Amino acid sequence: MAQIETFYDVMRRQGISRRSFLKFCSLTATALGLGPSFAGKIAYAMESKPRTPVLWLHGLECTCCSESFIRSAHPLAKDVVLSMISLDYDDTLMASAGHQAEAILDEISAKYKGNYILAVEGNPPLNQDGMSCIIGGKPFVEQLKRVAKDCKAIISWGSCASWGCVQAARPNPTQAVPVHKVIRDKPIIKVPGCPPIAEVMTAVVTYMLTFDRIPELDRQGRPKMFYGQRIHDKCYRRSHFDAGQFVEHWDDDAARKGYCLYKVGCKGPTTYNACSTVRWNGGVSFPIQSGHGCIGCSEDGFWDKGSFYSRLTDIHQFGIEANADQIGGGAAGVVGAAAAAHAAVSAVKRARQGKDETSVGEKA
Amino acid sequence: MSVYETQGFKLDNSGKRVVVDPVTRIEGHMRVEVNLNDKNVITNAVSTGTMWRGLEVILKGRDPRDAWAFTERICGVCTGTHALTSVRAVEDALSIQIPENANSIRNIMQLTLQAHDHLVHFYHLHALDWVDVVSALKANPKATSELAQSISSWPMSSPGYFRDIQSRLKKFVESGQLGPFMNGYWGNPAYLLPPEANLMAVAHYLEALDFQKEIVKIHTVYGGKNPHPNWLVGGVPCAINVDGVGAVGAVNMERLNLVSSIIDRTIEFVDQVYIPDLLAIASFYKGWLHGGGLSGKSMMSYGDIPDHANDTSAKNLMLPRGAIINGDLSKIHEVDLRDPEQIQEFVTHSWYAYADEKKGLHPWDGVTEPDYTLGKNAKGTRTNIEQIDEDAKYSWIKAPRWRGHAMEVGPLARYLIGYVQKNPEFKEPVDMVLKKLDIPVTALFSTLGRTAARGLECSWAAHKMRYFQDKLMANIKAGDLSTANIDKWEPKTWPKEAKGVGFTEAPRGALGHWVRIKDGKIDNYQCVVPTTWNGSPRDSKGQIGAFEASLMNTPLAKADQPLEILRTLHSFDPCLACSTHLMTPDGEETLSVKVR
Repeated sequence: MAQIETFYDVMRRQGISRRSFLKFCSLTATALGLGPSFAGKIAYAMESKPRTPVLWLHGLECTCCSESFIRSAHPLAKDVVLSMISLDYDDTLMASAGHQAEAILDEISAKYKGNYILAVEGNPPLNQDGMSCIIGGKPFVEQLKRVAKDCKAIISWGSCASWGCVQAARPNPTQAVPVHKVIRDKPIIKVPGCPPIAEVMTAVVTYMLTFDRIPELDRQGRPKMFYGQRIHDKCYRRSHFDAGQFVEHWDDDAARKGYCLYKVGCKGPTTYNACSTVRWNGGVSFPIQSGHGCIGCSEDGFWDKGSFYSRLTDIHQFGIEANADQIGGGAAGVVGAAAAAHAAVSAVKRARQGKDETSVGEKA
Repeated sequence: MSVYETQGFKLDNSGKRVVVDPVTRIEGHMRVEVNLNDKNVITNAVSTGTMWRGLEVILKGRDPRDAWAFTERICGVCTGTHALTSVRAVEDALSIQIPENANSIRNIMQLTLQAHDHLVHFYHLHALDWVDVVSALKANPKATSELAQSISSWPMSSPGYFRDIQSRLKKFVESGQLGPFMNGYWGNPAYLLPPEANLMAVAHYLEALDFQKEIVKIHTVYGGKNPHPNWLVGGVPCAINVDGVGAVGAVNMERLNLVSSIIDRTIEFVDQVYIPDLLAIASFYKGWLHGGGLSGKSMMSYGDIPDHANDTSAKNLMLPRGAIINGDLSKIHEVDLRDPEQIQEFVTHSWYAYADEKKGLHPWDGVTEPDYTLGKNAKGTRTNIEQIDEDAKYSWIKAPRWRGHAMEVGPLARYLIGYVQKNPEFKEPVDMVLKKLDIPVTALFSTLGRTAARGLECSWAAHKMRYFQDKLMANIKAGDLSTANIDKWEPKTWPKEAKGVGFTEAPRGALGHWVRIKDGKIDNYQCVVPTTWNGSPRDSKGQIGAFEASLMNTPLAKADQPLEILRTLHSFDPCLACSTHLMTPDGEETLSVKVR
């Protein structure tokens, strides 16, 4: 194993000097609350430890998470797979198939017991004895439980693994359930979105490898650094919302001027994600910038919250809408208040719907 | 044990049975079982779709304007194509006309998908069936450079470049952590490339992985993100503003230039890397012409890429429409998606029940009632299948038939139909390949032919993107900025009942959505997708599907290594999340759809 490309090798290859590397190690030691004497140990570990094995399983899904992952611009997916992790199982990319593929799961989970990461894309269905998703002749849920048993932590990629997503939308004919409903004894990091943003996915992975810990999670199990704020909070069209300047119809004059999409159904005010800051595909755009409202794809149960084109709140009942445009800036505070009132209402609704959402893996 | 003949194949399941589950490097989940004779030649093939999700049931009662978002999640690999099919189905039902700019932008997005999907399929899902990664370690970088420079003017071709790639690969292999290359079939005698060609292909595997993320930025400009960009019934959601205040918040000159530059780079990459690689690899495999299956016998295309908006007639579609049956290449049959006698689905061997399983149902009248059972000759248990019984029900995929025929769909079908119609856009590139490889046209009825057609279509799509981007610019220049028609946006403007059909040519083949709308809501929604056609199980007459047919009579170099099976299945680019139907848990009423 002397020729393993270690984390240190990777950093060196990417142009980081030994001096910077050692500085990084001592900062890491400090950040972890360890004394300066631990810096040497961290440096030793990074210089010598093998790449962390990642076993990436696929349940009921559409593969959009894998497709998003390979879109990552920084780091490149190529570098993640060749130099940062050891992607030992991923049925979308792996060379082997059938029993040769399945043998890898047993080999890695025995050899790296407690030290590999389980990444899950999609989710297990429970109806039909689980046989609406069959892997190797058996229900996917069995494979999931088997591989989860000895893993270090689980990453739930996307809204399927995190919440259930489209196949779990009413009436959920296959009884598809998110990962945390069947695995309750492991830390789970939820990275929701349909799909999640590529650079958010690779950032979560590299954070865990670099700092050797799980990122700080919110109450629902999502990394706070990317899911701590609503899209609305950082939207570049927010000034139009505040000024009461709204798109009323598709392709109207306001649409061509880039006004706020709230009245044509934008769910930015209730959606926690990084789209308006990180943006998509190397920062090129995000849904609102390209003229369509946010559909709230990183939120639990977003498929069942009414049409994507229904206004979040019927502000008629607040007596605001009639004068929003006429009053313009003057109405901004009131409109904002109405939206906030509605956000509060939907938060309450969500809390009511999500009563059973208690087993989030926040142990990290 | 049984022996019978169908579609020109003699099926015999008496020999040794080999099971491959999961079939990897595909979208979704799939199993295949084959029987081998004493010479390791496949004498029987059984393909099973091993997942379904129930999207058509979920769509019932929803707002038809939302359906694109649900159906788009049928697949994240061919992202967008279901959404486009869906908005077309709804617009057809409600007689909505879209603006010319919206047609151009939709075509650019669909072609972006074709180009991206074909490229990623070739390098990242299919290449390892032809390319031996470990053999690349033995290559001479200088000879690799000479090989690369002899087939293309692509600049990344110096000996130093290939040496760097090789040493990175060496380090990776020697680490003992092989990642996605673990347990591959390296060294199998069915790999025929010399080390230098393998090294060149590995280098391009990595380059293509870097480049593919650039192509999809076109979706990001017009649709806000990729995967799963946004669409709109009545047009496209992005507004155009090239002059006035607020242009920075719309599609403006900078955005149009971004798209334009990506199109140029895509054409360059496909024509200088993908096509030369394809021809180079094919030249070593032109003696391995297995895998033909139904190609040349029964093939179908719905057609796509309307030149002008709101005209679905074959003459307005740039990808050809038609059907070939019984191996008669002299006649192209008309295909009509509304005719109840043409497209029908059967469930005799699918995990669904019909009242009369001798009959097929047109998608507008489809039924999907789950019936998960294993035949009496199956081995294992209900939740631990060791061997399928193909005489009984054995797949979550239904069996669609066109006038009773099992059909192959996809790039090869499109190219052969275009070839027979003597359309120069398809005939000339095919003739170029035949000439270059010195093979007859019948050589196209093979795994290699399917793979070659996909590459040619990738180039075609990239060039057509340029055509529609230029068309969009010309229209904007003429003063037309319109991107959406909202005359029938409000449900109160809709008839009480309506039904429609939308179709596209997805990267993998013919795709149709059938919708019924009642009182402003979806009453019924059905999708018949490419992998339902290709991955079809047997029907009531015992006719096999395209995957199954393609595996017949193929010899395996090593019976315990399914390399040739993977190679041929991958040549279809299977998409199983698309192909599986819906059902409800207790068999209550469901819509029948095969979700891709």
